[in-house]
Amino acid sequence: MGITKRFPGVVANSDIRLSVRKGTVHALVGENGAGKSTLMKILYGMQKPDEGTIAVDGEQVTFSSPADAIARGIGMVHQHFMLADNLTVLENVVLGSEKLHGIGGGARKKIKEISDRYGLNVRPDLLVESLGVAERQRVEILKVLYRGARTLILDEPTAVLVPQEVDALFSNLRELKSEGLAVIFISHKLGEVLSVADEITVIRRGTTVGTAVPSATTPRQLAEMMVGSELPTPETAESTVTDTPVIEVKSLTVYAAGGASLGAESEPTAGGLLGDLAPATGTAKRVLDDVTFTIHAGEVMGIAGVEGNGQTELIDALIGLKNADSGTIGFLGDDITPWATRKRREKGIGYIPEDRHRHGLLLEAPLWENRILGHVTEKPNAKGIWLDIKGAQADTRRIVEEYDVRTPGIDVTAASLSGGNQQKLIVGREMSHKPKFLIAAHPTRGVDVGAQAAIWDQIREARREGLAVLLISADLDELIGLSDTLRVIYDGRLVADADPATVTPEELGSAMTGAASGHLEHVEEAADGAESTVENGADSTVENADDTAAPEDEAR
Amino acid sequence: MKKFDKERLLLAVAGPVMALVAAILLTSVVLLASGKNPIEPYNLMLQQIGYSDVQVLIINQASMYYIAALAVALGFRMNLFNIGVDGQYRLGAVMTAVVGAHVALPAVLQVPLLLLVAILTGAFWAGIAGVLKVTRGVSEVVATIMLNAIATSLILYLTQTNTWGVQVGNNMTTGIMKKSGWIPGIDLGSDVGEIYGLVFLAAIMGVLYWLVLNRTRFGFDLRATGESESAAAASGVDAKRMTLTAMLISGGVAGLAGLPLLLGDSHTYSLTFPEGLGFTAIGIALLGRNNPGGIALAALLWAFLDKASPALDYATPVAYQKEIATIMQGLIVFAVVISYEVVRTWGLRRQQKRVGEELAAAARNNSEKKEVAAR
Repeated sequence: MGITKRFPGVVANSDIRLSVRKGTVHALVGENGAGKSTLMKILYGMQKPDEGTIAVDGEQVTFSSPADAIARGIGMVHQHFMLADNLTVLENVVLGSEKLHGIGGGARKKIKEISDRYGLNVRPDLLVESLGVAERQRVEILKVLYRGARTLILDEPTAVLVPQEVDALFSNLRELKSEGLAVIFISHKLGEVLSVADEITVIRRGTTVGTAVPSATTPRQLAEMMVGSELPTPETAESTVTDTPVIEVKSLTVYAAGGASLGAESEPTAGGLLGDLAPATGTAKRVLDDVTFTIHAGEVMGIAGVEGNGQTELIDALIGLKNADSGTIGFLGDDITPWATRKRREKGIGYIPEDRHRHGLLLEAPLWENRILGHVTEKPNAKGIWLDIKGAQADTRRIVEEYDVRTPGIDVTAASLSGGNQQKLIVGREMSHKPKFLIAAHPTRGVDVGAQAAIWDQIREARREGLAVLLISADLDELIGLSDTLRVIYDGRLVADADPATVTPEELGSAMTGAASGHLEHVEEAADGAESTVENGADSTVENADDTAAPEDEAR
Repeated sequence: MKKFDKERLLLAVAGPVMALVAAILLTSVVLLASGKNPIEPYNLMLQQIGYSDVQVLIINQASMYYIAALAVALGFRMNLFNIGVDGQYRLGAVMTAVVGAHVALPAVLQVPLLLLVAILTGAFWAGIAGVLKVTRGVSEVVATIMLNAIATSLILYLTQTNTWGVQVGNNMTTGIMKKSGWIPGIDLGSDVGEIYGLVFLAAIMGVLYWLVLNRTRFGFDLRATGESESAAAASGVDAKRMTLTAMLISGGVAGLAGLPLLLGDSHTYSLTFPEGLGFTAIGIALLGRNNPGGIALAALLWAFLDKASPALDYATPVAYQKEIATIMQGLIVFAVVISYEVVRTWGLRRQQKRVGEELAAAARNNSEKKEVAAR
């Protein structure tokens, strides 16, 4: 099959050419905002091209809805899963395609058949809410195959997976391609792209800049193709850690809000754990359990963990969105546990939120109002009780300039920028107030390679000047590359520590699933004053070998 | 940059204009369906604007609508639906009337006292809903609706003769207020009428509303909370306190809504005191897009429909039902809600697209320049 496409003048796509052959995995890489998503939406019939054509099996087609695309054998697995939690796998797969094989035995047989054929290992009668992230993804893939797709589009499928799960996904993909299907694989992670793809197409600023063959390409070359220039050298790992503690967290514990008993009931596997975890409080689940750590001036502490193991609660407790149920948070000698969020921010805690749309931006407000957000009481945004609009606007222009936020002006709404540019604005805003402690949650999530390097540089530079950083990220390379110390969070506890100089992503990955809790044996202890606190977390860890699937469940 | 500003203004106007056009067309359809001339009623109503006594009626009525709508809009700006403006302004008016009838201070003190009583009463009544929401999570919609009903009963009690009521013929009043609390209006002659003095208060409140919301830190926090509660919380806004504060301010403003009439004309609260102002104000705030200028226009439009429509009943040679205006008001609210959502999503998408285009164009220019340089 071949798809050729040409359409100048659309949002971010002009004159894109892409052809995908049967039986191959074709990777599509490019900066954020380069136009990958738009292209995929066009291929899947969600948007129409202004110009250009799509051909499937040599036949020219026009899609006016995803249904047309599906009828032509094109299916899409979205980045955010579209499954109904309270239905079974079977019901989710059948939903909307009841006509194909009915809703009963016929459908079940078909699902089994597809599952076996491609090694997807999907059990049709489980409730989706009981599945982990990786299983849900396989259900999504099966859903698409069930509808007869011969071309699969996977949008950032590895973003939510740990390394082991990524390997499993890749073997599924190889299975698919050996059956003659075509897979279009969108990813930021160049290493993965090189390991799984047969061909790679690079998109830059809305147009295809070239194709590459994985066997003859290095990640660096690929990244340079994406950015269009040579990359800055990453990492000069010169330690800037001082012995001035900036943030001292002691025995921080937070209980799940509201339905704690509900949580216990819906998690049969956690039943045994609960007795150990919360003997004093009966059924309340501890989403953060006795967390203790210290971050010094000039130190970046990375936290690794599968999403949903307490990272969000830790961030909320540090920025003041959640109150600690017990334990204290010290900041430059003050006990800030009772402080409100505003006071914490005024005193120098910077915050790059994990979900920038929910916590970092007013999407429908202009950029300069977003510049004010979070710092409304500080210069240059305010004079007394009045807003200093001129000052805020001038400073927004400076941020746009210095942080290379690509926008036609500061009066456009935040929603009209691409994710990477939104993030650059947030980073610029937080850094402009010279924070002493920065909470950086997924600072480069959904950000292109160029912006990623820029954001890393910003963090490193501030670190040199004595900034303490709590880095939470799903990108293990980022964690290892940027951190001075590493911790692993699992089920609300800091269960392991590692030295970023020696640890590998695989080792971290297995610790994240709870399989290797306590000290990572072959890893030297982190070489700073934080060890005593680590033992705290490690000693009380509950080892449970049968429980490796639990974090995924909780992640949902 | 200017271009995006201009476009925003255009989009802001497009919503109400679309809504009005749609409402007028639909009203014409109703007229046609009932076998009436679909255009003549508008003519008749527009002719009314020419009479100066109608003008005065419109302005006076609009001032009350305006204050009440500001109260509603303030809630809207932070996603609070204060349906209780109705109860708040009626209770505010009753308490003001009672205090005004029993306290006699010199005018310089009496007038501020009366305003304060109105504000505090309104704020107190709205505050109940605010406290319930903050401490118990009770939806302010439910609480304020209930409080409206309770206010009605409370007012009946307060106006009984054995509390503060004074019977005048068939009418229950709160007694005539002391003269020092009367606010003189602008007399335009006996056949034209008098413009309430507190019309100016309404105007000042409009300016204040704009100033507080757009130029102060507090206003920014309030708007941020309305646009994204989670982002506002992360930025350091105490959501509970903001909810309570906004509710109190909204109620305080609402408490003033009945005062132009009370202090300017009736000088007593009686059974004939207008009701339902608070509900009308919701439609006006919607039509005015919570913007002080827009609300002023919307309040004038509403007052015009109110005051010009009675003439339809007496029109010659063919009379029309004055309820046509009510139908139109209803249709406007409908059309406004729909057209705003359409314009909003369309505008947002259009801007995203244009930003994308401009960036792509800039990128193209850059790369072309580079190629030229390379040669």
